[in-house]
Amino acid sequence: MGYGFAAILRRDLLLAFRNRGEIANPIIFFFIVVTLIPLGLTPEPSRLAEIAPGILWVMALLASLLSVEGLFHSDYRDGTLEQLVISPQPLYLMVLAKILAHWLITGLPLTLLAPVLGMMLSLPAAGYLPLVLGLLMGTAVLSLLGAIGAGLTVALRKGGLLLSLIVMPLYMPVLIFGASAVQRSVDGFSVQGPLAVMGALLAFSLLIAPFATAGALRVSMHG
Amino acid sequence: MWQWFHRLGSPRWFYQTSGKWLPWLGGITFLLLIIGLVWGLGFAPRDAKQGNSFRIIYIHVPASFLALAGYYVMAIAGAVGLIWKMKLADMVMKSAAPLGAALTFVALVTGAIWGKPTWGTYWVWDARITSMLVLLFLYLGVMALQHSYTSVDAANRASAVLSLVGMVNIPIIYKSVDWWYTLHQPATIKFTEAPTMHPDMFHPLLVMIAGFYCFYALVLILNTRSEILHRERRSSWVKDVVLQNQR
Repeated sequence: MGYGFAAILRRDLLLAFRNRGEIANPIIFFFIVVTLIPLGLTPEPSRLAEIAPGILWVMALLASLLSVEGLFHSDYRDGTLEQLVISPQPLYLMVLAKILAHWLITGLPLTLLAPVLGMMLSLPAAGYLPLVLGLLMGTAVLSLLGAIGAGLTVALRKGGLLLSLIVMPLYMPVLIFGASAVQRSVDGFSVQGPLAVMGALLAFSLLIAPFATAGALRVSMHG
Repeated sequence: MWQWFHRLGSPRWFYQTSGKWLPWLGGITFLLLIIGLVWGLGFAPRDAKQGNSFRIIYIHVPASFLALAGYYVMAIAGAVGLIWKMKLADMVMKSAAPLGAALTFVALVTGAIWGKPTWGTYWVWDARITSMLVLLFLYLGVMALQHSYTSVDAANRASAVLSLVGMVNIPIIYKSVDWWYTLHQPATIKFTEAPTMHPDMFHPLLVMIAGFYCFYALVLILNTRSEILHRERRSSWVKDVVLQNQR
């Protein structure tokens, strides 16, 4: 049963490493947009520090949203997705493998780079640990929820904008708890609450999202 | 025992039966809304703090009730359509989406209009307003997905999956927005609604809520009927119906 999972995970990671440019795109996007913030608002460190938690989380959310669009696209175009849907392996696990690969390629690098961007936005020192912990779990939730939208829109020719329309409302809880964990830590409060809720969101979406994505893919393939 | 359930799956049966309900339902809706509006707008006592501006509650509260209830109607219809492949449920789901979105919009707009005299501003990032806005986005997402598929069957199933995902998420989104709001509570603005309403104000509100429920059912049935005619346009019974109406 785990065979399909392992094979898909290995294949997707291999494909990603053969096209390293695509891995870099969301990260470069993250950097560029964060550069826009001081240009548009203010370069003053004290004011940047005030908005840094929210900005960093919104940017991570957008970067994840942009990358999740391609999650099933090439597989759909070359027919691999059809083979996955009709194969005897459980689709739940194969979808989970694709999502895990996507998170390892986009979510994890974003998480690891976030402290650098936090430094550029003069985030206070107390904010770094909750930022990284929150993003570690939060980007996984974003990948899981985004996969549902990607599955629903993969067969459509102009799915990109529609995907963001569908998925954004589902992303809101992640943004709220992620940004508030950082903010609370900067303000000197305990961050256990929001991080625990983030963990709960991760556990719950881990359970439900691959299932919904598998259903969405079946709809897209038969439609 | 399950015969009624199977019969409900037939659009034709539903079209013919609901045709008989329509005059009754329409009459009750009209009566309730007229009574509620005249009673609420004309005879209910003025509010001590807000004066006459509170009377928008008679539109605002029922619309907000049905905006949320409508999402569940849509999602449950979608689930029935997914599980039992019932054509009628798919049509109900498609008809419920724009109706719910419209009611959510009405709730937001009346809230904004009410906010100006009460809070001094049209828009506040209050927990309830924000969750209503998210609900509007959820509705718009389902509608957009429904319209972007060319195949009717795929459109139905895709939007059913999405509305079910939304239904699971609504409590989470509401709770998190609540939590977010208590964290950032603005000090200057407070909701000045009295904790308990005077019965003289409350009874017309109940009538209006009942009227809005009937109105929702009425419009949903009408929308579904036109959807049935559209989708079954090639079948012989629809041709008969159209010919009968022309005569």
